[in-house]
Amino acid sequence: MLKCRTAWKKLAPLARASSTVCRQNVRRTGLTNGRIPALVPAAHMSTGPAGGGGGENRLYFALVGAAFVATGIYAYRTVKGDKQRYQERIDEISSRPSKATESDPEPPAAEAPETAAVEAAEPEAVPEPEPQAAPSAEEPSPSAPDAEAAAPSETTEPPPEPSAPSEPSPADLTEPPPAPVVESEPPAAAAAAESPAAEPAEPQPEVVAESAVEAVPALPKVPSHTPYLLIGGGTASFAAARSIRARDPNAKVLIVTDEPDLPYMRPPLSKELWFSDDPSVTDTLRFKQWNGKERSIYFQPASFYISPEELDSAENGGVAVLTGKKVVHMDVRGNKVKLDDETEISYDKCLIATGGVPRNLQVIERAGDEVMKRTTLFRKIEDFKALDKVSRNIQSVTIIGGGFLGSELACALGRRSNESDLEVIQMFPEKGNMGKVLPEYLSNWTTAKVKREGVKVIAEALVKSVTCKDDKLEIQLKDGRLVKTDHIVAAVGLEPNVDLAKSAGLEVDSDFGGYRVNAELQARSNIWVAGDAACFYDIRLGRRRVEHHDHAVVSGRLAGENMTGANKPYWHQSMFWSDLGPDVGYEAIGIVDSSLPTVGVFAKATAKDTPKAATEESGTGIRSESETEDTAVSPVASSLPAPVVQQNKDDYGKGVIFYLRDKVVVGIILWNVFNRMPIARKIIKDGEEHADLNEVAKLFNIHED
Amino acid sequence: MSPSESPCKDRIIFVTREDHETPSNAELIAEDPDDPYEEQGLILPNGDINWNCPCLGGMASGPCGSQFKEAFSCFHYSKEEVKGSECIDNFRNMQECMQRYPELYPQEEDKAESNSGSASDPPTEGSALPSETDSAPASSEPESAVPSDSMSPTDDQTAS
Repeated sequence: MLKCRTAWKKLAPLARASSTVCRQNVRRTGLTNGRIPALVPAAHMSTGPAGGGGGENRLYFALVGAAFVATGIYAYRTVKGDKQRYQERIDEISSRPSKATESDPEPPAAEAPETAAVEAAEPEAVPEPEPQAAPSAEEPSPSAPDAEAAAPSETTEPPPEPSAPSEPSPADLTEPPPAPVVESEPPAAAAAAESPAAEPAEPQPEVVAESAVEAVPALPKVPSHTPYLLIGGGTASFAAARSIRARDPNAKVLIVTDEPDLPYMRPPLSKELWFSDDPSVTDTLRFKQWNGKERSIYFQPASFYISPEELDSAENGGVAVLTGKKVVHMDVRGNKVKLDDETEISYDKCLIATGGVPRNLQVIERAGDEVMKRTTLFRKIEDFKALDKVSRNIQSVTIIGGGFLGSELACALGRRSNESDLEVIQMFPEKGNMGKVLPEYLSNWTTAKVKREGVKVIAEALVKSVTCKDDKLEIQLKDGRLVKTDHIVAAVGLEPNVDLAKSAGLEVDSDFGGYRVNAELQARSNIWVAGDAACFYDIRLGRRRVEHHDHAVVSGRLAGENMTGANKPYWHQSMFWSDLGPDVGYEAIGIVDSSLPTVGVFAKATAKDTPKAATEESGTGIRSESETEDTAVSPVASSLPAPVVQQNKDDYGKGVIFYLRDKVVVGIILWNVFNRMPIARKIIKDGEEHADLNEVAKLFNIHED
Repeated sequence: MSPSESPCKDRIIFVTREDHETPSNAELIAEDPDDPYEEQGLILPNGDINWNCPCLGGMASGPCGSQFKEAFSCFHYSKEEVKGSECIDNFRNMQECMQRYPELYPQEEDKAESNSGSASDPPTEGSALPSETDSAPASSEPESAVPSDSMSPTDDQTAS
């Protein structure tokens, strides 16, 4: 094949060059990679050491020879590996008519080998050529004719180098506005593609091919450059897009998401959507809000967005969403990313809002396909649809996990079990629902309520193994209990998605997980992170990572502001809420961790103090359910700060719970008390030590509505 | 079960209405309205419009964002006797744009013509966090009954 011959032709000069280079390099000490010194250690400093000169020479030649052989082996192996990939590339190119979008990646690609050859870089994949290649790539003008000239004039191969060499070059060249030379690009692309034919230079053919691939349709399907790139299409990303558009007039924002859906909000997936009467809710994904108004879980309908093809040319800018594409590689130096289909997109500012992936239990992962088939990891729209469907066709479902998601799903499914025969079981290692969030007495109270929603709660349950027998799942607990069920929903936490950390060189936090960012949510120049994946510095509360909806909104908005030059730190404290059925509702803010000391100030609740009642008050009701009236607001016995023993379990009707750290309030739960979040936020923001928290509780007016 | 296993860790106080009748002596730090860190309302301390105010929702960021900004800015800085009377064209542009996106800006005839700058019809756009509903900008103009659509499902404000 042509390639083989070209390959061998190239290898010969490579061999020659490599030995020359090796000798040269031995003299040029500071510039070499670690590998060189390892191979030629003794001869490094000089050719004639104090000791025996002759013996030194022999050693020297032996080492050079070894280097040459090593090169040859490496080159041969890479050539083999590349041949097939290259063939695919060439097929792709030739199968499509190519029109250039920009010739940037391609000329530098051709130039990089050229300059690398000029530099006489070593065979052993030394990073050194890149810095030198970059400046020299600048000199020849970034136009295709140069590339054409460069390509055939190549005689030597650049060393096999992972993407590094081509990256700085295209980076430098994307900065000066490209003057795409349309016609010459395809032939240049072909020429440049040919010459690095069997080269061990992996990235060049790819980059070249990409520019051709990108140029294929009349308008590129994916813009090759966008001023604002948002990786991830969730809540944080959408909030950032909105913020950017508000602050930077006519901004062009590109959202890249691997989901097939436009940005949507997640809380209704485990709450409101389950309570909908509409049988087609899995298709419409519409739910009734607190105020009775219906809305879709999608933040905006499709008409709000413009298509990626139109982004470049949109006069007033806009937000474009590229669905079904995953960013797999990030080049921070070059300010660009690579998608899973090899497309490259360069950016000016980038937001990483990749969220996370639900964790799974190891025992389930190891249990085999039959068990995994009957397990749901709940996070996305498709998981909601699947679970909804499954839950209609089975007799028993078990939710593993006692936190927010697990408890909400348990309540939602428990409600459904009233109409059907569905048995709903919830199991978790803590003593009660929300055991890691609520103080024990409230956790117990919550568990009782959850049970009343029709859920069989198994507390202090550690799963030992799961097997599938006769089409039923058997969950063996460590204390010996056996639970038989048809389907499992695992709600055991979220693993933040930090896939890009390695390629981008971003720091990952070891305590909380996620990308480590500063108080302004910045990871590195031009890169911000928001939402579930961001481990950020909260000026007031310290470094943390928050996995709540409102935090995604707040941090996304802040990131968008900072991407447009605001430089504001995280300051507006986000909140979260949970409703476990019509009777238990709370809003919370700050650090709400049950391991902290707490002080709870309660009044006895009336029928008026439930989430349901809060909306009926405002005149826009949701349909009411029958509910027994509580007794009147008669005060409970003691106002002394001592636990009052004669209280019944149910008397935590409404109140405020303060979470303390070193005597400072760092978290507050508003228990069945609504519309007081600003006061709570203020208290946390002040960060003061209050001697008497009862006095602070007075600020909330818990007895009023 | 007793309310608290370790009395030192989780304290519980029950209070009567009378207990809480006396005003609180808890001290809160005075707010600085010009604090740049704080979330700003609709109007910034320097008089400019805060386009990123959650109260505006997506009005300034949607497809008709630039028309909305022009119209609203014109109105905001208008010194005419009938405020905004010179901004008719801007509002017309905005309305025309919005008519092209009925899904995003459901047309309500009576409000659409409002010259007072109330973009109160664009309903599904815009967002407010539940937190923002509480801290709605106090200094906003009377007409700016710009409704917020919710980015959060428990938002109390009407999304039209």
